[in-house]
Amino acid sequence: MSLLIKNARHLGAPVDLLVRHGKIVTMTPAGHHTYDSREVFDAQGLMLMPSCADAHAHLREPGFEYKEDIASGLEAAARGGFATIMCMANTRPVNDSASVTRAMLDSARKSHPQGPRLCPIAAATVGLKGEEMSPLAELKDAGCVAVSNDGRPLENAELVRRIMEYGADLDLVLIDHCEDPHLAKGWRMHEGVTSGLLGVKGQPAAGEANQAMRDIMLAEYLQIPVHIAHVSAALTVDCIAWGKARGVKVTAETCPHYLLLDETALEGYNTQAKVSPPLRTAADREALRRAVKDGTIDILATDHAPHAAHEKEGTLDDAMCGFTGLDLAVSLTWGLVTEGVLNEADLHRLWSQRPAEIFNLPRNGFAPGDPADFFLFDPAETWVPSPQNLYSKSCNTPFLGKPLQGRVKHHWIGGQQLF
Amino acid sequence: MNTDNRYHWPHKDLLDVTQLSAQDTMHLLDVAASFQEINSRPVKKVPTLKGKTVVLFFVENSTRTKTSFDVAGKRLSADTYSLAKSGSSLNKGESLKDTGLTLQAMGPDVIVIRHPSSGAARFLAELLPCGIVNGGDGWHAHPTQALLDCYSLRQAWENRFTGRTLLILGDIAHSRVARSNMHLLTMLGVKVRLCAPRTLLPAGVDHWPVEIYTELDKAVRDVDGVMCLRLQLERQQAGLLPDLAEYSRRFCLGTRQLALAMPDAKVLHPGPMNRGLEISNEIADAPASLVLNQVAAGVATRMAVLYLLATRNDGVRA
Repeated sequence: MSLLIKNARHLGAPVDLLVRHGKIVTMTPAGHHTYDSREVFDAQGLMLMPSCADAHAHLREPGFEYKEDIASGLEAAARGGFATIMCMANTRPVNDSASVTRAMLDSARKSHPQGPRLCPIAAATVGLKGEEMSPLAELKDAGCVAVSNDGRPLENAELVRRIMEYGADLDLVLIDHCEDPHLAKGWRMHEGVTSGLLGVKGQPAAGEANQAMRDIMLAEYLQIPVHIAHVSAALTVDCIAWGKARGVKVTAETCPHYLLLDETALEGYNTQAKVSPPLRTAADREALRRAVKDGTIDILATDHAPHAAHEKEGTLDDAMCGFTGLDLAVSLTWGLVTEGVLNEADLHRLWSQRPAEIFNLPRNGFAPGDPADFFLFDPAETWVPSPQNLYSKSCNTPFLGKPLQGRVKHHWIGGQQLF
Repeated sequence: MNTDNRYHWPHKDLLDVTQLSAQDTMHLLDVAASFQEINSRPVKKVPTLKGKTVVLFFVENSTRTKTSFDVAGKRLSADTYSLAKSGSSLNKGESLKDTGLTLQAMGPDVIVIRHPSSGAARFLAELLPCGIVNGGDGWHAHPTQALLDCYSLRQAWENRFTGRTLLILGDIAHSRVARSNMHLLTMLGVKVRLCAPRTLLPAGVDHWPVEIYTELDKAVRDVDGVMCLRLQLERQQAGLLPDLAEYSRRFCLGTRQLALAMPDAKVLHPGPMNRGLEISNEIADAPASLVLNQVAAGVATRMAVLYLLATRNDGVRA
């Protein structure tokens, strides 16, 4: 029942890792000890990283299985180095009752009994309509780990307050998609130089920042945590920094694409670059890079949002918002390490440590007794994402066909090798 | 006809004026001038595009542009077919891709598309092997309008663009006419001014090679021409303007305002005009108005565009 991973690189040093009964036994400098292990895996040339947790994914089941289902989404997660997936509630039916949560969990157990583990997020309001609060205790009991109205911004501050309060009794943090639905109704991209020249309706960053500020002020007043989803703008970073400086329990996420792309990706009416919130300016991108480095933004999340090919075709008016991400996220953020923006320890913090702390998830810190959730990563392999080598049912990512450096090669969850 | 047979037209499609060099533009206007002569003959038809098929695919309502392309095609003996949204399967939920592929399967030489979505013409151009003419896409581009405006201005300005100043007045934000004219006139050396309330200026306009005004009296001073834009009445309903009377008081081009421009300044309007709203009744009918020249120039310019695209791959030129 024991496994030895030997000669892996971890934070710059060669290490051996001993695993038994699904838990970490010990991690030591390579070759310093001899272990009696039934199974030995030589990880020469590979990096050892803790499995990632994704606090923001859309797995589309139930209701939109033609885009993705839990089996394909979890397979993409497994291949991408994720052991924990928090899935959003905008399914059909919406995940606003225990029966939907249980159906999701059953599906995950059937397709991936070894993991990745699925952690559904409860709909904040019934049908995500932004009117009545969902039965959060029922949803928590069924297995939900957080609460969100993702994709359907909450306009009503009174309702936001009550969800935060009621959720706090149940240890359910509100993950808020911050967008002002009145500012720039019908937007297709960020409002700026590119949208002006393309003649496309844009959305300014002020709406996101404004809603985030509302949440931060409520969190301060109520002394309750709040989590800001997929931050896209420098202005929102400033709001979060302001809140943190005052001791507000505000946490936040951003996604790899906001760290790598900007509004110019939409040039030529590139529907593959249409996403919500939209890709903003180069200055926003730089501010987000600083914020993930200095911890103003706590975590990375994928906002994995699969769509069928025909749903991303046509004009920017026709195409749906969103990118797939689970397959690519670690490789994309490894690119930031090779650029010198982040280091290996930052990736552990942003993809594993902080998400687990915020949402109370199991986490491998490579300490004795931690769950043996880890993957081996080849930092040198160059590969080109294509429909043939991605495991999601959809491949709506602007990174398709572009060479990436670094790839997840082997993944263990609970000490069991997935591949 | 006086077309330059040696000029190699390099473009499969006409999506926006930004793809054209100054040389391309002048060649196109020269070809248009040679066709203008046909339009003054008693028998206004030549066999130049006999056997060619032009599809007019107008997803957005338009009478004048569609008619202009139709007349242009017929005067060159092309077979023209119209397809409107109401008569197409787009109303049945067919995607632009499928409609485009269906049209292509009928073997047209050129498809003229008008569409409410910016980028629609480009989408078809990348999808289909036939020539695509952008007859107006969303707020983005209306290249044949800009070319016909240049054609009219070239006559009125006696072949000199450099050093001229043109004011584009009105709803710039939602205007494909403004964008295409800004690009084309700037390339030809014209200084472009824009005048509109801030709510009708596009995002990022301070990065455009233009001067921006919000007061008409200042904007119009010493210009060689004014292009008035149609104000869509839904802008007021969308909350971009308080009321139309106030708009008219601030931005309607009248006799008093035009008197501040150069003495022989010209007035353009892409039509249809809202008399009394963006252009006064007197100015619309004044000798300075090029509005009807623009319509005539439209036919000649579109003849040139259809000719250049439809014959691009032919061994024999007209």
